Parts: sequence; C-alpha cells; structure tokens
Amino acid sequence: MHSEIKSRGRTVLTAPFVFAALMALCLGICVQTARAQEPPYLVTYSDALEEPGNLEIAVKGVQAAPKNGNPFVGATLELEYGAKGWWTTEVYLAGQSTQNDSTVFTGFRWENRVRPLLREHFINPVLYMEFEDHNQADRSLLEIPGHDGISDLIGSNADGRKSVERAIELKLILSSTIKGWNVSENFIAEKSLSNRPWEFGYALGTSRPLASKASVRPCFFCRQNFAAGAEMYGGLSDRYSFGLRQTSQYLAPTVSFDLPKGPTITFSPSFGLNTNSVGVLYRFKVSYEIQQIFSHLHKGAN
Amino acid sequence: MASGTSTYRRNLLALALALVSAAVAYATADGSWLKHVPDADRARTNPYAGQADAIAAGGRVFEDHCAKCHGADAEGRGKKPSLRSSRIQGATDGEIFWLLKNGNLGKGMPTWSNKLPEQTRWQVIAYVKSLGKSGLFSYSGQPAARNGK
Repeated sequence: MHSEIKSRGRTVLTAPFVFAALMALCLGICVQTARAQEPPYLVTYSDALEEPGNLEIAVKGVQAAPKNGNPFVGATLELEYGAKGWWTTEVYLAGQSTQNDSTVFTGFRWENRVRPLLREHFINPVLYMEFEDHNQADRSLLEIPGHDGISDLIGSNADGRKSVERAIELKLILSSTIKGWNVSENFIAEKSLSNRPWEFGYALGTSRPLASKASVRPCFFCRQNFAAGAEMYGGLSDRYSFGLRQTSQYLAPTVSFDLPKGPTITFSPSFGLNTNSVGVLYRFKVSYEIQQIFSHLHKGAN
Repeated sequence: MASGTSTYRRNLLALALALVSAAVAYATADGSWLKHVPDADRARTNPYAGQADAIAAGGRVFEDHCAKCHGADAEGRGKKPSLRSSRIQGATDGEIFWLLKNGNLGKGMPTWSNKLPEQTRWQVIAYVKSLGKSGLFSYSGQPAARNGK
C-alpha cells in the first residue's frame, strides 16, 4: 500500500516535469521562431502544408473528465517537417497522465501529407497517410473514428498498455479559401492491422483570421494575431454499419493567438453532442516554427 | 539470354527518360511560372501599390515569412532567387500575386493563399516592388542601404 502511494506520488510529479522539460527544450531550440499563420484547427486538417525546410515543433494536449472514469491529460509532441512544397512529413510521440492511475507513454505515429495538384484550385485536395503504433491507453484523441467513445477512456492504464494496436489511417483532405474564410473537410478511413474492419470518421472546419491586413507597427494583442473558427468531428462507424449509430460527435469553437516572434497558442473546448461522447474535451496546442532548420544546423557546424 | 537483353534495354530506356525529364525540369526552373499566369491575373493591380504604410506593413510580413529563404535584403540565398532581379521587378503585381497564391510547389515555393490573407499578400507585393524602385527601403519603413552598406 505504501509503495503504491509512493508510486502514485511519483506519477503526479512526472507529468508536469516531462511537460516542462519538453517546453524548455523547445524554447531552447527555438531561438528564432516565426508565426505559423495556419487555420486554428486542432482536429481538422487544411491544405496548409509546412513550408519546405521548416520544422514545426508542437505540444498538443487534451484534458477531459469522462463520466465514471478518472480525469486525464493526453499530450502529444509533434515534429512536422516540410520535405517539399507538396509534401509534409510528421512524427508524433504520445503519452497521457490519468488521475489516480499513472503516467504512461502510449505510442507513436508517422504521417505524410501530399498535395497531388500543384496549383491552387477552388477545392484543394491533400492525401494523408499515417502509420500508428499505440496501446489502448492512448488518450491523444487526435481524431475519433469508428465507434471510439467514452467507454475507451474509462479503463485503467495497466489494462490498456497490454493491448497494442497498429493501424493505417488514410484521409482525404479537401480545403478551400473563400473570401478570407478557410473551409476544410476531412474524410477518414482507418484499418487496424489486426482482424478488425475498416473504420470511418470525418472532421469539418471553418475559420478566418480576425484581420486581413498586417499592421504598420508591431503589436501584441491586435486582431491580425488572432484567428477563430469552429470544428465538428466524429465517427462514422465501420464498413459493416456505416453511419452515426454508436459513434461520438463533437462541436468545437476554436481560437488561436500568434505571439509576435513567438509561438502560436490554440485553444478549443469540444462539446460532446451525444451520450457516447465526453461532455467537454479541452484541447490546446503550443507550436513553434523553426524556419530553414538545416541552415541553422549548418551555421552551428561552422 | 534474350530476356536479359530485353531487361537491359528497358532499364536503359528508363534511365534515358529519367535524364530527359530531369533536363526538362532544370531547363524550366527559372521563371517558367510566368508563362502559366492567366491574362486576367496578370492584369490585376495592387490596391496598395506605392503606399508607404502598406510597404512598411508588407516589410514586416516579409521579415517573418520570406526573409529566411530570400534573405533579409531580398537578394536571395543559395538556390532561392533574388527578389530584386529584373524578372521579379519586371513582373506585374498581378503576376507576383498569382505566384503567392499558387506557389511553385515543384521548385520549393509554397502557396501562401492558406496562410496569408489576400490584403496581406498585396502588402508584401508593395514591399517587394519598393525594393526595385529605390532599392533603399527596409521593412521598418526606414531608408536602408543595400548589402549592408
């Protein structure tokens, strides 16, 4: 009993320590950063790819208190690199901390986004391919396809870690920019490499910056540094029962703030729309963009 | 034996095609985007052309998003082209706007239509064009010498 309490005490300390260490690492690396003026989505993808040679480092979190379960914080470290003008590659490392339970590393993802059409069109498609390797204790909730719901968030971390899932996820991303508004639609198809059927999901988002002109003088809390919008996302069941039954659905206003010469902070409360959803998911993201990362490394070598 | 020769020929043909493709891509690397600009886009005019406020604001955006590749002095870096060149300074505002909207993804120039609002892009163009007129305008809106002089 004593050792369990001690273990829990260590757990409680571990999460903020790891988070602070990651943030310090980011701040240390990102001496020169720039604003990433992308739509303020936390689930939906738009056609905005990383500029070639740039590296974006982001910490994405989600906090929730599911009914009949312990409150948790899921954290994901994202490293997004612009390999080409038409190709962005990204690695995720995910972990979570559950109150009265433990803090665990849950797995990784590797995604690639490719823009097949090299010109701007009314609707710009992007193809998304991802390989993910994570255990059932994963709470990153980067998307919620298939029948994923509140029941997946109630089990203990010890049980969840026993079951590892490897899956391939495909997305068709469609995105348009109309009179300053971004409108994006994602269609998600996920196939577990074990014997489970294809699962489907969606995400929709619309947003716009609060000002369309840059100001003459540097400013901090001016409208041009903010963007706002809304997202709606959820599951579409699987190939045997396509539809909304036994899925979870969310509606989320979202806002982002580009700190001048600093990171971008995005916040979004997602409200569950049905009984299979968590009441509220509080999502946040802090992201830095390092421009031309390899030129930094070359400078360091000289 | 005949099968081996056939495979060899196929590989040789594939190699030749790859070399020709690379040569064509290289030959069209410089300014080829200009040929693709529709006339309607080419004729568009910058609502902020020559306005000091827009030039200063555009310069700040340039510093944040463009200077890392094109250089703080816009003279270009490595393979990234100079924006003071006659090709850019001779292009119409509409042509440059088309480039910022579409990018040149195959050559490393990203599209900015999903990251910078339209008016902001016009401000950047006002700044870039100001470099050609005097060559002495910095993003702060203050006169500055070229090449650090």
